[in-house]
Amino acid sequence: MHLILFFLFAGFCLAGAINLLWQTHPINSALSLIVVMTSLAVLYLLLGAEFLAIAQIIVYAGAVMVLFTFVVMLLNAGREERTLGSRAAARVGFPAVVVLLAVLATIILRAQGLASAHLGQGLTSDPNSSNLVLLSQVLFHELLLPFELTSVLILIAILGAVAIARREGSEVGGSERTAEK
Amino acid sequence: MNPVPGIYRILPEAILTLTGVAIMLVDASLPPNLSRRYLGFLAAIGTTIALWASVGQLAFPQGTGFFGTVETSAFTVFFHVLICGIVLVALLLSLDTLPEHSHHQGEYYALIVFGAVGMCLLTSAVELLVVFIALEISSISTYILAGYRKQTGRGPEAAIKYFLLGSFATAFLLYGIALIFGATGTTEIYQIAQLAPIAQNQPLVLAAMALMLVGILFKVSAAPFHVWTPDVYEGAPTPVAALLSTAPKAAAFALLLRVVYEIFPHLRSLWAPLLWVVAVLSMTVGNLAALRQQNVKRMLAYSAIAHAGYLLAAFAGIGSIGIAAAAFYTAAYAAMNVGVFAVITLIAGYDEQLSLIDDFRGLIYRSPILGSLLIFFLISLIGIPFTGGFFGKFYSFSAAVDGGAIALAIIGLLNSGLAAAYYLRLALVAAERPSAEQAAPPKPHVGPAVIAAISLAVLTTLVLGIVPGAVLHAAQSAAHTLQVPPQPSEAPGAPLQSPQ
Repeated sequence: MHLILFFLFAGFCLAGAINLLWQTHPINSALSLIVVMTSLAVLYLLLGAEFLAIAQIIVYAGAVMVLFTFVVMLLNAGREERTLGSRAAARVGFPAVVVLLAVLATIILRAQGLASAHLGQGLTSDPNSSNLVLLSQVLFHELLLPFELTSVLILIAILGAVAIARREGSEVGGSERTAEK
Repeated sequence: MNPVPGIYRILPEAILTLTGVAIMLVDASLPPNLSRRYLGFLAAIGTTIALWASVGQLAFPQGTGFFGTVETSAFTVFFHVLICGIVLVALLLSLDTLPEHSHHQGEYYALIVFGAVGMCLLTSAVELLVVFIALEISSISTYILAGYRKQTGRGPEAAIKYFLLGSFATAFLLYGIALIFGATGTTEIYQIAQLAPIAQNQPLVLAAMALMLVGILFKVSAAPFHVWTPDVYEGAPTPVAALLSTAPKAAAFALLLRVVYEIFPHLRSLWAPLLWVVAVLSMTVGNLAALRQQNVKRMLAYSAIAHAGYLLAAFAGIGSIGIAAAAFYTAAYAAMNVGVFAVITLIAGYDEQLSLIDDFRGLIYRSPILGSLLIFFLISLIGIPFTGGFFGKFYSFSAAVDGGAIALAIIGLLNSGLAAAYYLRLALVAAERPSAEQAAPPKPHVGPAVIAAISLAVLTTLVLGIVPGAVLHAAQSAAHTLQVPPQPSEAPGAPLQSPQ
């Protein structure tokens, strides 16, 4: 059962990612990205990271993607044009990415001591050992400082969005900054 | 377990954060027609207090705070003082050169101060998550500052290029952090240092190191990760370029030192040749490209790449010798580079009517003091004795020779000779008699803040060149604290998700 789910959603995820690159219209790419994000959330859930799965859906598939589609529609972005540069990037980029992925895959596959993951094993209904509890213990205890520091990071992002968007109305825009968060 | 309260461990960062917040609040409460210029003084005062606080941190024993996420030691204090100093000079420089009625001066000063928080934190973080967040804080503020001149097309271009390439590089660093977590089950630098040599998956550790090096080498603009540098420096306002070319680089070099000498000392046989190649590439590519530039800022950008190469030569040095040489070079490079950018800001103005080398013709006749200052900093960049640049190069190359990389030192010396050509070209043009038909450009406005900024840079360059002993001593004690084996940590704590 878990295995079937895994293959199903891993397949969706890959198909979505390939479709994202294939499409020339930004809105189609954005919609495929939603497929990728959602299937990733299911994979997280299968690995027993229920909090991460929900956060993935709320933050990425929800908030970020809404912004994405919103910006694409606001700008009324048309079909992407294939220029000489983008063709050259595709020629060089795809082999480079394949090589990089092959190297990383070899390393991970050959790594010893990594036991195979047990799908669905980490899911528990015991409220005291769910990973939300564990996560909050780490986040508000050992990792308190980095957690607080993200507030400075977000403050800078807001400040930057204000500084860039004010007056001249240049289109470097707040969207990038928001996506950065 | 830790007698020093955690807040003292991040005192300079806390002061800088409060300063930034104060600037934002004051900016928002001032009536709109009032000049925002005095916010710069507020920022400068806050930075000075932070500098003083980081010197005060020397009084504490070396140790970590906040559950082992940040550290204070001679190493962190050295880089804190350096970064706060650079930021102070950049702030003072901006005070007199920013156009009076620029609309977002408040945000400008706040961003510089917040950026300093990230850079300072980057040097003192001993937890890779803090490293990542600190790097993002410093990067995002600099992305925005790089695009601050929106009227010209180059400003936004610089910002977008820097943003896209920078985010890409940060992703590499993050991937590296994820892999090292996979290999050792922790993100604390001291624990990784203990666990990495005995980790079962050495290939995973190697891949992690490679990815982290890619991310960091991008930030120090070493070849072949340097393509963004000239465009960004050219597009950024000159006071920002002065900051960009020194402070984030100093922080990134501190991180690089920590990563290679503290996390992966056992992989030295792998990263030393790698950095050797990067050092040679950076020097050669930087100098050859700089020879062909007509724009002064682009030329200095390529020269910055070359200097990153000289600095990386120090990494061939073994242990504390290499660390001390690298730290010293960072300080010397920062002083002279911030100085040369300060002089160029004054000559060319914020809007840069004068950007080509030929525009500097006859400078020494128009304004003798500025002209001689420019030549002084150029001489230091060449590395002529009695300036900081000389001792920087001297220690860096002798560390390389010490570590057995004689070829690297020779290539470095040859490159320094090559570099002299373009620095001298600018110096000679500045000393030439102005041609009659050339219109006299407006006299730069020189205020007390700029005088303070430039004299700080000149003094530091001279002190480093004539009596380098004190700074060298500081760099050496910094190097020793980085080498000290971590205090016996209580059993490597149960990580969040240990690999079964």
